[in-house]
Amino acid sequence: MSSTAVAEQISTAGQARESRVRFFRNPWRHPWFLEGFTWLYLIWSLAPIVIAVLFSFNKGKSQATYQGLTWRWYWGDKVNSIWYNPQLHSAMFETLKLSALTTIIAVPIGVAFALGINRWRGVIPSSFNFLMILSFVVPELIFGVAMFFIFTQMPGFRGLGLGNWAEIIGLVTWNVSWPAIIVQARLVTIGRQYEEASADLGCTQFQTMRRVMLPLLIPAIFASAILVFSGVIDDFVIVDLLSSNASNTPMSVIIYSTQHGGNGGPALNALATVMLVLSFLVAGLGYLGYRIMTRGQRIDGQQALTAIAGAE
Amino acid sequence: MATQAPPGPPASHPPAPVSPGTGAGGRPRRGSKSYQPNKWFWVLLAAPGMIWLAVMFVIPFYAMLAIGEGKLDRQTESPVAVYNPFTWSSANLTNVWRDLFGSGAFAGWIAWRTIWYVAVASLLSLLIAYPAAYFVARFAGRRKGIFLVLLIAPFWISYMMRMLAWIDLLQTNGYVNKVLSFVGLGSPNWLGGHSYTVILGLVYGYIPYLILVLYAGLDRIDPSLIEAGRDLGLGRAGTFVRVTLPLSRQPILTGMLITVLPMLGDYYTNTLLSGARDTSMIGNLIEGQLSTPSAGQGAILSLIVLLVLLVPMIYYVVQTNRAAQAAT
Repeated sequence: MSSTAVAEQISTAGQARESRVRFFRNPWRHPWFLEGFTWLYLIWSLAPIVIAVLFSFNKGKSQATYQGLTWRWYWGDKVNSIWYNPQLHSAMFETLKLSALTTIIAVPIGVAFALGINRWRGVIPSSFNFLMILSFVVPELIFGVAMFFIFTQMPGFRGLGLGNWAEIIGLVTWNVSWPAIIVQARLVTIGRQYEEASADLGCTQFQTMRRVMLPLLIPAIFASAILVFSGVIDDFVIVDLLSSNASNTPMSVIIYSTQHGGNGGPALNALATVMLVLSFLVAGLGYLGYRIMTRGQRIDGQQALTAIAGAE
Repeated sequence: MATQAPPGPPASHPPAPVSPGTGAGGRPRRGSKSYQPNKWFWVLLAAPGMIWLAVMFVIPFYAMLAIGEGKLDRQTESPVAVYNPFTWSSANLTNVWRDLFGSGAFAGWIAWRTIWYVAVASLLSLLIAYPAAYFVARFAGRRKGIFLVLLIAPFWISYMMRMLAWIDLLQTNGYVNKVLSFVGLGSPNWLGGHSYTVILGLVYGYIPYLILVLYAGLDRIDPSLIEAGRDLGLGRAGTFVRVTLPLSRQPILTGMLITVLPMLGDYYTNTLLSGARDTSMIGNLIEGQLSTPSAGQGAILSLIVLLVLLVPMIYYVVQTNRAAQAAT
């Protein structure tokens, strides 16, 4: 159907209806319904968080009625604030420790793995690549249970037992696929010409890696480090299954077990708020860092945003 | 060609000169095939990750199998792993099978409930996530940045924080009930063990991951294809059904997988939002058996879940590989 036919139809329609019809027939009109829906979704997804943060400043003990502003649950209360309650206090540092150690171990292993697997062709590397992507999609509970069994049952691992080591090993295995996948995706877009050029100019493979490939990959490596770090802050299942006592229980598990045990209160909201601020801080730094590292490339803010969220 | 031997493995440098890269006339072809890196360099780079995966990913699943097919130590009341496949016992397997499909099958009901919850929750997630992702990818225009920040924000908020937020809101004297009773709709006990609360929790918990995958996929659709659909005479709806939807099949499938797989292993959402026995899912069954004498049955149950999910997981891996190859 031609657009002139549409135009004729519109022009022959009554004057009163005309503007409305034109509005609906205009193929490029703004989709107000969709926009409204999107806003509703955003409110539904974010308002509860805002309210939960507000409750962390609640004067009273309730998580349901708001009674005024206070720092009580952060440090005001000498017994049950996150600074003075030993369990909540140590949970914060445990989370940071796990995040830092996991990132330091998982990212180099994952990056080297990606480089090696991507360039070494054959059955062995592709089956290991398969295994790596499998570790990315296997349900966390199933993987966590398997980990739980080796640290409680299997000779050789049983000696380490549950606790910090088990948590770090579990988290590294669970997160190593982030750098491996992201760096491989970047390698594909970079192509081989830089490597070939540097080899033609007389670089050894090692020099090519260090002087050419690594600088090209830095943004991808950085983005994956941000993802691993914040992923560990928010991780729950693995640390829940592999922690053994209060001294190695991170924030997410404390929130779960305390709330589930019926001892919830605004102090938990305060702990959750600390987690939130930490995650947003990491995300913000990640965004800034990524922008700085990709300066001069055609990468806009939106691409940087999706890159540090692992969607690129 | 490099003259120095690569550092790294002691393996000898490959004999370069007679390279297949030089064409008939001895003239190097375009794309310089004379570059022949030493394979062992790549092997060495990949080795730590390969060893790690073999030891920390493959062995744990074997241990799980060994415990599932193992015995029970009657004195300590704890499961004993049997690592030799020839002496495996099928006691746990028969028990689990009976629980799942036998006459008094309580686990069978839990499995059905899990499938039901996950199906409803993931479809609801898709219905909510798709329009929002579609709007931001296609129509947000100059405000795309701010929409994207808001869309991605929940991705950075811990799952526990998000559940806690709903626990606060859904308490009997919480804000949701205050609004409801103000409108005159009574005040239901949301956290008293209801399926709808658990499903709401699942949708709310996993939708950020889905929406991110959908956004990334929809954003990649070339707008000129949609314009072409319009120019060729399709209306808004027609273009959507015949152009946009087929092009978003892949992101929808990936997104569904990425939400369904963790949902099936979820045990915390319904512990926090319901806690009742008659909303428990397969994850609760597995997690609840871990430190008990029936841990072996938990292992078998985990393996059954894994086996069932192997097909969609392998589908995901194959798709990921295919996408990577298409990009080369």
